[in-house]
Amino acid sequence: MKPLKEIESRFVPLPIENIDTDQIIPARFLKATTREGFGKNLFRDWRYVQDDEKQPVKTFVLNQPEYAGEILVAGKNFGCGSSREHAAWALQDYGFRAVVSSFFADIFKNNALNNGVLPVKVSDEFLSRIFSLPSNSIIKINVEKQTITLLSTGEEAHFEINPYKKTCLLNGYDDIDYLINRKESIEKYEAARN
Amino acid sequence: MGATLFDKIWHQHIVEQVTDGPSVLYIDKHLIHEVTSPQAFQGIEKRGLSIFRPKQIVATADHNVPTLNQHLPIRDELSRLQVQQLIENCTRHGIELYGLGHPNQGIVHVIGPELGITQPGMTIVCGDSHTSTHGAFGTIAFGIGTSEVEMVFASQCLLQTKPRQMRINIDGELGAGVVAKDIILYIIAKISAGGATGYFVEYAGSAIRKLSMEARMTICNMSIEMGARGGLIAPDEITYTYMKGRPYAPAGTAWDNAVISWKELYTDNDAVFDLELNIDAANIQPMITYGTNPGMGMAVTDAIPSYESLDEEAEKQNLKKSLAYMGLTPGQSLLNMPVQHVFIGSCTNSRIEDLRLVAELVKNKQKHPDVQVLIVPGSQEVARQAKREGLDVIFAAAGFELRQAGCSACLGMNEDKVPAGEYCISTSNRNFEGRQGAGARTLLASPLTAAAAAITGKITDVRTLL
Repeated sequence: MKPLKEIESRFVPLPIENIDTDQIIPARFLKATTREGFGKNLFRDWRYVQDDEKQPVKTFVLNQPEYAGEILVAGKNFGCGSSREHAAWALQDYGFRAVVSSFFADIFKNNALNNGVLPVKVSDEFLSRIFSLPSNSIIKINVEKQTITLLSTGEEAHFEINPYKKTCLLNGYDDIDYLINRKESIEKYEAARN
Repeated sequence: MGATLFDKIWHQHIVEQVTDGPSVLYIDKHLIHEVTSPQAFQGIEKRGLSIFRPKQIVATADHNVPTLNQHLPIRDELSRLQVQQLIENCTRHGIELYGLGHPNQGIVHVIGPELGITQPGMTIVCGDSHTSTHGAFGTIAFGIGTSEVEMVFASQCLLQTKPRQMRINIDGELGAGVVAKDIILYIIAKISAGGATGYFVEYAGSAIRKLSMEARMTICNMSIEMGARGGLIAPDEITYTYMKGRPYAPAGTAWDNAVISWKELYTDNDAVFDLELNIDAANIQPMITYGTNPGMGMAVTDAIPSYESLDEEAEKQNLKKSLAYMGLTPGQSLLNMPVQHVFIGSCTNSRIEDLRLVAELVKNKQKHPDVQVLIVPGSQEVARQAKREGLDVIFAAAGFELRQAGCSACLGMNEDKVPAGEYCISTSNRNFEGRQGAGARTLLASPLTAAAAAITGKITDVRTLL
């Protein structure tokens, strides 16, 4: 996993609540057996008319050239539904490094963190502030300080992140690195139970 | 202060605590399937690791399999390759696989309990959000992503933060025509699609205690649809009766000892939950969803909310977007609305009891000519049992198409899909946009309510047919 320290970028607003992972990546694209290449199917059925890349849905934000960047900003309960990690892979492959929302579904949050995509939970009010910003505004996210700053207005919010996960993100470590180093304890636990 | 059922199982599975971080949680059983495992196998192989405890893993092929002609090669090339990869991965790593054609094959959350793999007090994970189903046996069972599948492959453990805990007490008598699916749809409608996020839910109360294991599984299955990590129910005599004699269940003195330890698995009287909800079973009616998340549900006799009845602007926007997709209008009643498809199946409602409920209602009746009815058993064993009981004859006479085991039309991945714009009353768990196929419109309901629509061709209050 690549370390993630700071993101300074424009943003892509998606002010819809309860965006489930079936929307992020529909099931018919889950037949792949590798992690790569899911970005082109991100939000596939919201992005194209009848699955046709020649017919982009003009009102959908990924098809609007004025919006771009590494930060997706979405309505509350983002990532609910299916546990498919393909949703996190699709967001990352498309170029997103952070998702900002006022509420994340649990499994999605873990999947995102395990892929170096940062879920940033802010208040409903702060989220509305972001949605009201002009499209060329820049947002800065600092993992070390746990802050999200709207550079055009100077508004700043703090976000929570588990200290262990923070260390992982800053250094690019993942849970497997940690767990395989704990084998001795795990074997001891197994022996004690049997 | 006493411990909850969840606390007791959790504490028995903590290997150690990470400083300032999560716990190392030991996983007893790991279930895998073809869709969310290939990248995890690649991951450990790339790291040069072997699977730490292959004997604690059981695999099956369910999501991506056809439900017709399972003896023939899968027609879709990508699906075939994915199923083939599972076979190769399991062979290479010494994992028990109940693949296509095996008598134990079926939906992962149907076969686990059916084979006795799922046992009280266990921790169980699977790369599938409906792993919460296994909580019906008093287990901590939850869905995980593929990176986490890789972690369990590598170490038989996960790093987990203890969730908050909620108890939902359902007391009293259920009315006629009201079944487990109605209970859980009622709960989700009450607390919303995100209302239990961050929580593990224990279902308790006199109405729960009377339910069969199949019904308890239906309830725990949909815990994730309100955002909960999982749901669980304390084991009791109904649990032990269901389990006894199943292939993986302990036998002889091991059984007696197991039952003694399982009897410790209950929430102490003085345990405290972060949140508690009380529901009177008598208030629950046959339910149906009208929107595009499982929280958008109502009694089948109710009307869809009007915009004016909603307080928040965001809620109005959600309703507007959902109803536009569904082709429905605010304030509308769904009663007597024609449907084109009925799907009875999925890890929520494809067990023998679900099929019996449907058979009892449709016996000596015919489906409506304008409706296509798919009934898909959750496992090969459910299919065999249905035959032994003659249910297949009842379904055939009614014009229902009885298929072979698999996830089928629940998720728009395999060949079974609902065409764009058409309505499907479905016993599955998700009514998301495109869930049953691009543009498909899903109305979630119980097997009884779905069967009623199959007969009448329209949304029906099943109580009028009883």
